[in-house]
Formats: sequence, structure tokens, C-alpha cells
Amino acid sequence: MAEPLHPELENPRRRDFIHVATGAFVATGAAMVVYPFIQQMNPSADVLAMATVEVDLSKLQPGQGMKVKWQGKPVLIRYRTPAEISDAIKADTADLRDPEKDAARVKAEHPNFLIAVGVCTHLGCVPLGAASGETRGEYGGFYCPCHGSVYDTSGRIRKGPAPKNLEVPKYAFKSPTVVEIG
Amino acid sequence: MAMDWMVDYQPKSGISKWIDQRLPLPRLVYNTLGGYPTPKNLNYFWNFGSLAGMFLVIQIVTGIVLAMHYSANTLVAFNSVEHIMRDVNYGWLIRYLHMNGASFFFVVVYIHIFRGLYYGSYKEPREMLWILGVVIMLLMMATAFMGYVLKWGQMSFWGAKVITGLFSAIPLIGTSIQTLLVGGPVPDNYTLNRFFSLHYLLPFVIVGVVILHIWALHIPGSNNPLGIDVKGPQDTVSFHPYYTIKDLFGVCVALFIFCIFVFFTPDLLGDPDNSIMANPMATPAHIKPEWYFWPFYGILRAFTFDFFGIPAKLWGVLAMFSSILLLFVLPWLDNSPVRSANFRPIYRQMFIVFVIDILVLGWCGGSPAAEPYVIISRFATAYYFIHFLVLVPIVARLETPVSLPKSIGTPVLNYGNLQPAE
Repeated sequence: MAEPLHPELENPRRRDFIHVATGAFVATGAAMVVYPFIQQMNPSADVLAMATVEVDLSKLQPGQGMKVKWQGKPVLIRYRTPAEISDAIKADTADLRDPEKDAARVKAEHPNFLIAVGVCTHLGCVPLGAASGETRGEYGGFYCPCHGSVYDTSGRIRKGPAPKNLEVPKYAFKSPTVVEIG
Repeated sequence: MAMDWMVDYQPKSGISKWIDQRLPLPRLVYNTLGGYPTPKNLNYFWNFGSLAGMFLVIQIVTGIVLAMHYSANTLVAFNSVEHIMRDVNYGWLIRYLHMNGASFFFVVVYIHIFRGLYYGSYKEPREMLWILGVVIMLLMMATAFMGYVLKWGQMSFWGAKVITGLFSAIPLIGTSIQTLLVGGPVPDNYTLNRFFSLHYLLPFVIVGVVILHIWALHIPGSNNPLGIDVKGPQDTVSFHPYYTIKDLFGVCVALFIFCIFVFFTPDLLGDPDNSIMANPMATPAHIKPEWYFWPFYGILRAFTFDFFGIPAKLWGVLAMFSSILLLFVLPWLDNSPVRSANFRPIYRQMFIVFVIDILVLGWCGGSPAAEPYVIISRFATAYYFIHFLVLVPIVARLETPVSLPKSIGTPVLNYGNLQPAE
């Protein structure tokens, strides 16, 4: 290609191309440097490796509950009695703040086990009601001592300031008495 | 703004005048990077100051990130470094940047210092600039040493023990000083904790001294390869854009070489013994510091016999420390009014021999403490001190320099019989 007679009159100029190409190269390089420095703040491999926890439920008797630690958070497990299950199903039709059916919150094959994250949806305290001797609130489920939120036997918010039901984590039964949370 | 050829900052708009009267930060930036009039004949050796600044920033940024994942406790320190290497997202990258960044920081700083030695940048009126530079080097050495201990590998532990042991050579109070530095009879958790604290602190002290270093640079202005004073605006160009773009080109080249090390041979400059957890009951077969300490380590080990009634151990320690402290008085050892070695035929050859001498010392310092290295390092150490204490002062008096060009512009404009336009 012949040299243009007046390169300064070209539009766009060659120099514009060089500027844009350099800028794009620098921006790409900067992004590639910044990425690992942001990613290092995310959970590391050893934290992610603890993402699931297996729980043995064989020691639990009907009516009893337990707390386990999963990803640093308490998980409340309740072996519900037939009466508690029917209470929960009856309440499906009640005027709930966060409407959800009991069947949607437990596994169909294991309706006797309620597994919910023990973090009050109000401001994050651990509700009472899983360990023996703890108060369970007027609906027989869980009671948060911080600001008086009351949850029923399905872990649904019934009274108090909390806006949502207790979160149900992802879990699966490995055997009739062993559950993997996460 | 000490020199009359320097252009002062002139705020133009009303708002910049308002800011300049209250907080002259734009003036500071302008005088540092913008209109700073720089000799127009600087060669690529003048890139290494900005490169040193870049590696200081790399060390601080990667270091702050590493401190987010590291634990300064002897029970878990070694494993927390392995955790960084294996579990933390891109932790391997950030740690390799930090490890090799330390080496590259020393590479560019050593080249920067040799640049100053060759072109006489330490001479009047830049003595304070030079002294602050030596202070920075000492701080860098302390920081690098303590950072190396943090990994709590075999070399970390035994390095800590040997280096703090240097102070025990001081008569009468030596052992007490060593105990004070270490915090106990041997390096342990208390040592690791204080080293971590200081390793985090000292880089920011370095930043402070670097600011003083740049301040002291901007009073007389930069030296140049001819070593003659700037005569007027015709000898300078504005730092921006001419030297910002040249420094950026140097940054690209340096980062390119740096990345070759970080990504393709990250452990080349490290010691495999340091991948073994610290064991206070077993010394590694061959203790040696990181490569950037080898010349000084060579001087330390050159003294193996007592003389003049002073024990060999004290001789080694005195020689090692004074090999660095000598640099403080170099501006007064070298009386030659000519700065650049280009115009000093004898000093120029001495300089080359001196660089070879340091390389030999480094080679001996990195080798086992056995013959022939000890006898070689003994001669090389002797030459090191003869260079500074005998040859430099004598040559400065006796040497006949080559005649200097009249101005920075003259040799350029006279090239090819072109005469300057009057």
C-alpha cells in the first residue's frame, strides 16, 4: 500500500488506532491482574471442602432435637412426633407471614425430620428449641430469645419481628439414619 | 526547587490556585512527575529507580494479601504457607509474586546502586540523596531477612539463628543484644511474632524514606551519564511525557522478565531446604542466605582466624557491617570533581574490577564454607576494602580526567559536525 500523501488528514488516524489498541491492551492486562487479587478473598479450597457435613440421626428419639455445625452455621434438626407433624400440616391453611406448605419443607420419605438453618431471619441469632430443656415457644417449634420471634414445628415464622421462615438447607438422606447436609 | 533552571508549578485555573494555597498536592505531583526538568541524555540505567518503586509497590500489595491468609504462630506458620499455595484462590500466584518480587527488588536496586557508583551520582550536591538510598538498602535487607523467617522452614529458622547470632560477636553486651532481638534463648514463637509485626511495618518505613529520597533528588535534579551540571533549559526535557513513557517501557520489559520467573521457574531463586518445616534439633547441611545476601555473607565467612587480638567472629561481623556502612562515607572518600566514570579512565577500570570482585564474593558466599571458597573470599574481601579505602581516594587525587563536554547539548549537537544553532 502506498503511503498516504497527508497522513495527518486520515480519519481515523493511524495514531488513533495505536492509542485505542494500547488502551485496550492495558485494560485487559489490568483486569487480568486484578482478578486473582479479588478472587483470593473468596472461600479457599479447604473452606469449600467443608461445604457438606454428614449427620448420624440414629441416636435421636421422637420429640428430641440436635444442633450441628454446617459451613460455620448451626443447623437445627428435630425428630418430630406424629402430633407435631399434624400440627404443622394443619397450620398450612393458617394466615402465615411467609406462606409455605409443611410438605415443601421436609422430604416426603422422612417427614419426621425437620432440618432448618438455625439462624433467625430477623437479625441472625440462634433460635432455641433444638437442644433438650430449651424453650420451644408457643407453637412448639423454636423461639428466638433475642427479639422474641416464634417459629412452629415446621420452622415457619408465626409471631415476632422475623420476616421469613427458617431456611431449609439442601440435604439428602444417605441411609434412613444418615443425612448429608449441603 | 533549588536550581534556577527548574520550572516552578504555575496553577492556571481559579480552582487549582485555591487548592494550591491550601494543600499544594497538585504542585507536589507536578514537581515529581509532570514538569520536573530532566537531563535529556539519560540512558536506560536511569530506569531502575522507577523500577525499584514499582517492585516496592508489588511487594506491599502482594504482602498485604498474603497477611490475610498467613498465621504467625510456629505451630501453624509453615502449614499456613502451604495453605496459601494449595487452597487460597490464586494464592500460589500471589506468593510467587512476593517471593520473586523480593529478588527482583534487589536486582533493580543493586543495578540502581551500581549506576550511581559508575556515574558518580553520590557526589556533591547529591550526598544526602545517596545516604538516604543506603538507608533504604539497609531497611530492605532487614525486611527481606525477617520476611524469609516467616515461612518457618529450615532455612528460615537457621537463617534467623545465624543472623541474630551475628550480634553475639559484639564484646560484653553481644549475647544480651541477641537475646533482646530474638526474645529468648533460640528463635521461637516470640521471634516469629515480632518478625511478622516488623516485616509488615518496615515496608511503610521504606515508603517514607523513598519519599525523602525523591525529595532529595528533586533539589539538585537528576545526575546524567555525562555527570556534568545542567546549564539551562536547553539541556533538559520535561519528565512527562518523555521519561514517563521511557519508564513505562522499562516497566514492560521488567515485568516481562519477572513473569518468566514467576510463571515458569518460580522456585529457582529459593532454597529447597526451606520446604522442610523448621527443626531446631537439626541444622541443614549447607546454610546459605538468599542470593542477594551472598556477597555480604562471603565477607562474613572470609575471617577464620584471630588477628590483632580480635577474634575471627568479631572480624567477620565488623567487616560485613562496615562493607555496607562504608557506602555512607563514599561521597567523602572520592574527592574527584568529575562524576561520570566515562571521563575517568582509571576509575572506570577500577569500577569493572570492583563489580567482578562483588560477583566473586557472591559466588563464594553462596558456596559451602570450604576451600577454595574461603581463601578466594579472603582475597576478594581484602580487595573490597582496598577499593573503597585506598584506591578510590588515591585515584581521585592522581587521575587525569578526560576533558569534559561543555554542556549536555554539546556532544549531541556536535555529532556529525553539526553546529548548535546560535
